[in-house]
Amino acid sequence: MRRTGGLLAASIVPMSLVEIACRGRGKGSHEKFTFAFISDPHLTHIKGANFVRNFDSGLNKAIETVNLMFPRPDFVVFGGDLAQLGKREELEHGMELLSKLKVPVKFVIGEHDYYLDMGNYWQDKISKLNYSFDHKGVHFVVLNSILTYDTWIKRWKTPEERMNEMARLDNPNGSPFMVGDDQIAWLKKDLENVMSGTPLVVLSHSPLYKIYKPWNFWTDDAEKIQSVLSRFDNVTVFHGHVHQVLYNQIKNISFYALMSTAWPWPYPESYTQSPNYIPKMTVFMNRQDPFHERDGTGWAFVNMDNAREEMHYKLWENKDRIVKYDDSAGHPVDSTYQKPESRILPQTHY
Amino acid sequence: MDYPHIFRDRSKYKIIFGIFASVSFLIFGTVSLVFGDDWEKSNEDKWNAAFMETVAQGEKLFHGPQLGGNTVQCAMCHPNATNTHPETYPKFQKQIGKVSTLREMINWCIQNPLQGKPLAYDDPKMIALEAYIMYERRNSVLVPGKH
Repeated sequence: MRRTGGLLAASIVPMSLVEIACRGRGKGSHEKFTFAFISDPHLTHIKGANFVRNFDSGLNKAIETVNLMFPRPDFVVFGGDLAQLGKREELEHGMELLSKLKVPVKFVIGEHDYYLDMGNYWQDKISKLNYSFDHKGVHFVVLNSILTYDTWIKRWKTPEERMNEMARLDNPNGSPFMVGDDQIAWLKKDLENVMSGTPLVVLSHSPLYKIYKPWNFWTDDAEKIQSVLSRFDNVTVFHGHVHQVLYNQIKNISFYALMSTAWPWPYPESYTQSPNYIPKMTVFMNRQDPFHERDGTGWAFVNMDNAREEMHYKLWENKDRIVKYDDSAGHPVDSTYQKPESRILPQTHY
Repeated sequence: MDYPHIFRDRSKYKIIFGIFASVSFLIFGTVSLVFGDDWEKSNEDKWNAAFMETVAQGEKLFHGPQLGGNTVQCAMCHPNATNTHPETYPKFQKQIGKVSTLREMINWCIQNPLQGKPLAYDDPKMIALEAYIMYERRNSVLVPGKH
């Protein structure tokens, strides 16, 4: 049976999946495909061979479910924060768990992976920090969006102190993320020969727009990057870091956030002491029971169809969500819950 | 009515009442200076400082690994103590299976995600955690029992 299915897929799939995009803003042509998303497992080393069990099991569950997808996704994007404190034990442990994936992985670095050794281990053993690739007619760009100011980096006496300060989300000593001018120059050069009709997908760890500075849901030079992307008809940014369902549209760019496999962050508006810029169109994810194992956590996959993305949020303890770009609305729309009257309890966050 | 002699004489009554009133004023007036409303700005500052010191202790516990056994910290799920909702307790708490107080929920978190030992309800650490949570949730609307 399996062999027949494979043969069928091999003989039919490529022909039927090659389509010319004739709707949506995309003018380029590309094949249908899916890719999966796993983000923010925050694997935490305790002592010796012990790791926080709950975080391990979140990543393992995501790996197992991705491996069970049929058809299998073309690749997995890993959205960053493999480690909690950037320790070699954590990164090695994470790579061992991820090695069970039966598809290739495209890596994005998170701040928890970076600020202990400034990304040395990551670059040596795991992946480049920024790079691009083409896949079935879509141009993908990976950015390292968790850089910050030298003055902040030099403020701390030891690498451990620097890492600990960066690891605390609600840190009044925090420093905003940025992509930096060098990388923006690299991005411009990388996009030079890409036609403006080509669907463009940008992968980053922090959101490439500004949501909430006190928790660093923020990239300081976001506008600069957005302006580099402004000539493209169809741009989608996927990012990790915020551990929640979040989507937005700024001019020509659609943004989608990933949940974590480890634990959910609350939405910034639940902290009433300072204002936030949570996108109005976002329908919040359910969150009944924080740290009830796997509640508010999950993974995602993206169905690339006719030059537009369809984001499938797979929330393990809650109802799955599909958010996709709506041509008539001109922004991403939740296929089931976008209208307030169609929401279910406790779809409104409490 | 046959009143005693003393009350039939109205002038004597006035004198006695006057003496009684003066003595009471002296006694209770003096006492109130010692035990009554002794509000002063300096006192309020002291009380606020004591509260904020407890909040600061709570903030440290909330952002440190010492409550648990696996380095996990409260603030990892609850930055700025969000999603603690102290203003909704007591309420039915699914994990505990009954209407519970905030202290019971704090202990649930310490025992489960943090894999630590529960605190006594009057442990200064428990009070500090409560103070930090309440402070971060100041000005929230009180809705006991909700969700």
